[in-house]
Amino acid sequence: MPQIVVENLTKTFRVAERDPGIGGALRGLVRRRHRAVAALGGVSFCLEPGELVGYIGPNGAGKSTTVKVLAGILVPDGGRCEVLGRVPWKERIAHVAQIGVVFGQRTQLWWDLPVVESFDLLRDIYRVPKADYARSRNELIALLALEPLLDVPVRQLSLGQRMRCDLAAALLHAPRLLFLDEPTIGLDAVSKLAVRDFIRTLNRERGVTVILTTHDMDDIEALCTRVIVIAGGKIASDGTLEALRARVTRERWLLVDLEDADATVTDPDAEVIRRDGHRIVLAFDPDRVATAVLIARLAARHAVRDLFVQNPPIEEIIARLYGGEEPARP
Amino acid sequence: MTAAAHAYAAIVGARFRMLLQYRAAALAGFATNLFWGFIRVMIFDAFYRSSAAPQPMSREDVMGYIWLGQAMFALLPWNTDPDVRGMIRTGTVAYELVRPLDLYALWFSRGLAARLAPTLLRAVPMLVIAWLFLGLQLPPSLASGAAWVAATAGALLLSSALATLLTLSLLWTLSGEGVTRIVPPLVYMLSGMVIPLPLYPDWAQPLLDFLPFRGLVDTPFRLYLGHIPPEHVGAVLAHQLVWTAALVLLGRRLLARATRRLVVQGG
Repeated sequence: MPQIVVENLTKTFRVAERDPGIGGALRGLVRRRHRAVAALGGVSFCLEPGELVGYIGPNGAGKSTTVKVLAGILVPDGGRCEVLGRVPWKERIAHVAQIGVVFGQRTQLWWDLPVVESFDLLRDIYRVPKADYARSRNELIALLALEPLLDVPVRQLSLGQRMRCDLAAALLHAPRLLFLDEPTIGLDAVSKLAVRDFIRTLNRERGVTVILTTHDMDDIEALCTRVIVIAGGKIASDGTLEALRARVTRERWLLVDLEDADATVTDPDAEVIRRDGHRIVLAFDPDRVATAVLIARLAARHAVRDLFVQNPPIEEIIARLYGGEEPARP
Repeated sequence: MTAAAHAYAAIVGARFRMLLQYRAAALAGFATNLFWGFIRVMIFDAFYRSSAAPQPMSREDVMGYIWLGQAMFALLPWNTDPDVRGMIRTGTVAYELVRPLDLYALWFSRGLAARLAPTLLRAVPMLVIAWLFLGLQLPPSLASGAAWVAATAGALLLSSALATLLTLSLLWTLSGEGVTRIVPPLVYMLSGMVIPLPLYPDWAQPLLDFLPFRGLVDTPFRLYLGHIPPEHVGAVLAHQLVWTAALVLLGRRLLARATRRLVVQGG
């Protein structure tokens, strides 16, 4: 039975508008103009227990709005939505006791209190039984290496440390469902890896269903078995990462390092899309020319120092999907 | 229910510990209260010296009223909740809605904590100083003292309900600056914090009796002074609690409307 059912969800915001400048400001005092912005224009999907889904899209596409509807924060204008058998905004209190939420750009910890006091407060708020709390707290402290941070006031934590604490805070009450809204935003590489490892462990070992919104495609590649792409308030694609790749492009990239930086490289079946000193990037269609053939041809004509084949970065693919057309190549 | 109460109590406790961290603010507030107390004492001293006509309150009672006012100043609903204000500006308010708590009760608890902590912090030293050096008398009887304590608890609830309404106005105005400029002078004037209410003209008394603000300052203080006899404590508490209930109901209705049209700032 699916944990989340979303059918034809719609949500429109009214945004006050005014012309720029002092004249516009004065006119706005007398008569307010409102513009309706459709954040969600009929979104549908289902989620099974234990899935780890990436929910991606450009800024303003409706990602956060969807997450906020699922979390019971926003009331949609239309459509059906059931999470763990409940309509989130109708039974908000019972609903939110079963979910964990992290908004990457905001903290749910008490700014002025030491981390451990925030945890204790959340225990009281979620009414976690003493033994369960001790167990899940100790587990989270071990998994996220929080021991040295517990007595530090939240305002003194670095962003990476704060995010680890925020993740723990969202999980103290052992929710079955976790919403992560840009959990790696602004983090350095080491912190990103720590957060990713933790999310993976949580999903694989504890079976927590995770919905992850992000702009970091490495998050998606590292974690998600399924990717839902939303653009302009509508689902643009829903499936595995491989299916997403295949839908947009079959293209592969061949990266070649040449001995001679000034060599002219041409090939009938490949296109040079970037040159950077000794390095040349060629795009080709593996259905038209076998990779081995292409490599052999290049190696026969040029002194090749090194080469490797890769898929186009996921950013490229997503950009094409958002735009619906070929984006400018790097 | 007791478990739920425990959660709100924990939030009040956290707020308390947080406010206690700001020792410099407490000290500065105390000094300010003392300073204004002297100014008000001098003004009313001049008033009583220049007037031969009999007044509805004795000079001693007015002086007691003033020092009680300086001690209990932080109890008044004069501001929107600074935490909620910050959360609404940044969108962190979304986290308030993912807690398995009633949002009204949560914000009421915050308002209660925001009044209780600074009041305790300032009232105790101010009362001690006023008793020792500034001529504030103890209540005339144990009954008067007990009536004052009960009415002060009523004032705390009433003040928290009013403060929660101010905080809820943030859901419409976002900044709350207008509200915090208009409301405090009204509250100060109508509660008795500027001029003791018995000194207002007779025609104003029925209106002042009706409005909730009297229950914040005037009635508890006059119970302390014995100006209202302790057997009238029931009427004072009823006035405070009926208003508290009405304001809570109003606040709940406003909140229910607001959450349906909620927009979280910053996506």
